[in-house]
Amino acid sequence: MSDNILSLSCKQLCDKILAKEITSVEAVEAVFNNIEKFEPKVGAYVSFDKDRALGEAAKIDKRIANGENPGPLAGVPVAVKDNMTTDFGTTSCASKILAEFKAPYTSTAVSKLIDAGAVIIGKLNMDEFAMGSSTENSGVKQTYNPWNLDCVPGGSSGGSAAAVAAQMCFASLGSDTGGSIRQPASFCGVVGLKPTYGRVSRWGLVAYGSSLDQIGPLSKDVTDAALMLNVIAGDDKRDSTCVDESIAPVNDYLCDLDTPIDGLKIAIVPEFIESASDEVAAAINNSIEVYKKQGAEIVEISMPHFEYAIATYYIVATAEASSNLARFDGVRYGHRSDDIKSYIDVYSKSREEGFGQEVKRRIMLGTYALSSGYYDAYYLKALKVRNLIRKDFTQAFEKADCIIMPVSPTTAFKVGEKTQDPLQMYMADIYTIAANLSGVPAVSIPCGFDGENMPIGLQILGPSFQEDKLLRVARMYEANSGIEYKKPAILD
Amino acid sequence: MANVKYKTLVGLEIHVQLKTKTKMFCSCPTGFGGEPNTRVCPVCLGMPGVLPVMNKKAYEFSVLAGLALNCSISRFTKWDRKSYYYPDLPKNYQISQYDLPMSEHGYIEIPIDGGETKKIRILRAHLEEDAGKNSHTAGNYSQVDLNRAGTPLLEIVTEPDLSNGSEVRSLAQQLQRIVRYLGVSEADMQKGHMRFEPNINIVGEIDGKEFKTAIAEIKNLNSFRALERSVDYETKRQLEEYLETRKGMGQVPKTTRGWDADREITVHQRSKEAANDYRYFPDPDLVPVVLDDAWFEQIKSNMVELPLAKERKFVSEYGLSDYDAGVLTSERTMAEYFEDAIKAGGDAKRVCNFLTQTGLKLANEAGKSFVEFGVEAEKLAKLSKMVSDGDINASAATSLISKMVENNEDPMVLAEKFNLLQKSDTGELEAIVDQVFADNPQAVDDARPGSKKEKKSKGFLMGQVMQKTKGQANPKIVSSILAKKLSE
Amino acid sequence: MKKKLDHDEVREVALLARLELCDKEVEEFATQLSSILGYIEKLDELDTDDVEPLAHSLPINNVFREDIPHECLSRDKALGNAPDADDEFFMVPKILDDNSNG
Repeated sequence: MSDNILSLSCKQLCDKILAKEITSVEAVEAVFNNIEKFEPKVGAYVSFDKDRALGEAAKIDKRIANGENPGPLAGVPVAVKDNMTTDFGTTSCASKILAEFKAPYTSTAVSKLIDAGAVIIGKLNMDEFAMGSSTENSGVKQTYNPWNLDCVPGGSSGGSAAAVAAQMCFASLGSDTGGSIRQPASFCGVVGLKPTYGRVSRWGLVAYGSSLDQIGPLSKDVTDAALMLNVIAGDDKRDSTCVDESIAPVNDYLCDLDTPIDGLKIAIVPEFIESASDEVAAAINNSIEVYKKQGAEIVEISMPHFEYAIATYYIVATAEASSNLARFDGVRYGHRSDDIKSYIDVYSKSREEGFGQEVKRRIMLGTYALSSGYYDAYYLKALKVRNLIRKDFTQAFEKADCIIMPVSPTTAFKVGEKTQDPLQMYMADIYTIAANLSGVPAVSIPCGFDGENMPIGLQILGPSFQEDKLLRVARMYEANSGIEYKKPAILD
Repeated sequence: MANVKYKTLVGLEIHVQLKTKTKMFCSCPTGFGGEPNTRVCPVCLGMPGVLPVMNKKAYEFSVLAGLALNCSISRFTKWDRKSYYYPDLPKNYQISQYDLPMSEHGYIEIPIDGGETKKIRILRAHLEEDAGKNSHTAGNYSQVDLNRAGTPLLEIVTEPDLSNGSEVRSLAQQLQRIVRYLGVSEADMQKGHMRFEPNINIVGEIDGKEFKTAIAEIKNLNSFRALERSVDYETKRQLEEYLETRKGMGQVPKTTRGWDADREITVHQRSKEAANDYRYFPDPDLVPVVLDDAWFEQIKSNMVELPLAKERKFVSEYGLSDYDAGVLTSERTMAEYFEDAIKAGGDAKRVCNFLTQTGLKLANEAGKSFVEFGVEAEKLAKLSKMVSDGDINASAATSLISKMVENNEDPMVLAEKFNLLQKSDTGELEAIVDQVFADNPQAVDDARPGSKKEKKSKGFLMGQVMQKTKGQANPKIVSSILAKKLSE
Repeated sequence: MKKKLDHDEVREVALLARLELCDKEVEEFATQLSSILGYIEKLDELDTDDVEPLAHSLPINNVFREDIPHECLSRDKALGNAPDADDEFFMVPKILDDNSNG
């Protein structure tokens, strides 16, 4: 019974709960069974609260028994990255500096999940403050890839991807500043969507790079991604950068999913595919064939400024981060050093002790880039190049409906393999960063496995606020590729 | 003694709290006082994951103030973060405006001696959020109250066009009147609604050799008096220090000095060896403000006649003294009340006297403004006409104002009720004059035209008539009866 | 802009960022940040003289809130996460050089 429940998608589960075939309490019990079994190996969660989850599930069941429809995620157990505030439990961003932080407010995206009937079962591990590509920068614990426990799950939303892959929740929320949803989704063989910047409210999302951060779903399939987006998208008066629905209407992302794509133009940038590992390149080339078979037209384009994305990103994101993370100072909340003689120590010692190495490195880089005398050379220059990168996208979408490329040059790497050289780790973000710099939506979907049976992801990028088209292109791959849904071996 | 010529250069950095109901970027109520840390929310506490949303009113208020300060208003403005660590600054950055302030290049006119005015140039005025407050009275700790954090502030920076304490005070008072007239700030210095930081140095010549002293910025000024005195004190201090050390700008650093109100001196706080590195950059959580024509016009429609213009009008059109015009225009409600009374036919000088003398006294006693008594301006106008028409005399008018304040009745009704109307009945008064003449034959003789004691005796007779009528005789009529009868 | 960060520069930046780095970190960061900045020099290949900076990918402006007060946080909740607070205030070691702009 439990196994059957766990392999369901959110949509299937919700339908069964509404039809009273399964109760939400049963679904929560099933999820916690898996958490008991696999969490010690995978380490996806920072915190969870079974009693609370069961209580919430029982309330949903009662509402259904009373003839109510709690919403499109009625009774579905989901989990969220630990950088989204909840007015229950703690919100730590996997950082020592916030270890005990109890937010008196819930992030909009999580509130919307709850309003749609979802049961929040816990908070997921991540690279500290979302800075990293492997979840090795978590200040709490290491998360391992359910497909191979020697490998990283990707990052920074590593817990969000691993928990979905290991069936320790039905879907999750992650956040994506430079690929932090898509890359772990790709490493863990799940679907990960970064919506257009401004599509989902950032209220309650602890900021890393404010002009780049966006919340999105990680799920078992494309339909669930669309369902989750339906729930979390839309304007929010508390976020000035969340786009008003009168300017960019929120569509029903489910209704167009299965519309055939013949005649659609899909762009590729040949050198991007060539620069990936052989196995990744082969999988992407194979997916091109899948689209061709459906009548899509493949057009070759160039994106001349793409190669500058990493350099641009590591200025823009770190500059914003150096300012966003200034508030973690040991005065109003968070860790305060015991070794304090003056109020200056409250800052410099608490921050020194509370932040991990990668966070400090990025704060240093961002502070330097904004400091007097360097602003023009680094920050202003990066903003100008950012504009050039956006223009590449504008031109690309004049020629094609979407662009496909790899998510990552390789599949998941071994834990510890890249930690010695931060720059090498940054380089792995080559394919994902440009979407954040230009704001466009992008999705990662499973498109095969390498020789080690590790998942490979296909990235699809679309024009701003056209997630419906993006998800349809993703769904049409999923429906027609012939790739079977596989579970990680540990689940057997 | 060396031959010293010098002048003082003072520029002001001014922070004016805007009188919005809520803070700049969150919906917490603003306002002085309140129990510590009770007017706060996750946004103004700088908690993780929160976002600012702009208060539209704060922007409109600042545009209006910018216009009143003759600034050019930018049609495009954006928000920047200014980074520095301080316990009263919750995010450790302040949301402010750096390279695109919402207004710049204006001026404010201040009255100086001899009825002249002087234009003080304004470099820029921009909108930003206030910090909280640290207090240092609790043993080894400083206490942080964040109630004030996030209150909208207009920061105004003037050019160093002021040359002494009196001008600085004058500017401060003008600015206070302006922002109060506009209704954009309560501008109470004691409550910190309006904070001035003068930057002072002197330039001059000693025995034909030029010199400049290092700039000192003065803080902790919470009254006009402190502002004026501190500037004059600091000028003197800098000059003396220079004459002693001969070290000026470039040789000694810029400093910050605090005003010690008890000793009336400025005290060294710290040197600014290097400029702070505030690492300004555009705030990614906020979007720019674009001011289109329609909105600009709508804001402009809230502009009022400004105090200095009103003050001049009161002198030139109504013949008031500079002093009286200044008193009447100190508050917009008072000035408008005065104008309403004039429109209702009141005599300008009489109404002015009512307001600046009896009215002001009553208001001070009651601890409110005269306007708040609720006596309609029309009634005060009528009272002034009653004096002009001889219905009552000046002292009756004074007591009638008190009675009007008490029960807000019509002045004529009150005058009748309290028997304050002057006797203007010629027949009745003639009979009283005859009686007085009969009782004082010697004085009548002395008062005849051409007599040596004419003036004095006439006055005596007038006094006798007044005594008999208990002061209610109309002196003009009595005077003409006396003249007529004495020349018979 | 061939840029190598030396130890003193790293310490200056750390002071601005309020990080009391240990000597080992100063050394590591000098090397790592120099290498990262070296990579970022790649941006100099591009002529951006006529390019507008893009701080935000969104083409929106004028997002406002009406001036209507909302309920505040209770003081218990406001102070609830504080490492040190009395019943009313957040507490820090005494500030001896108060330079607040208030």
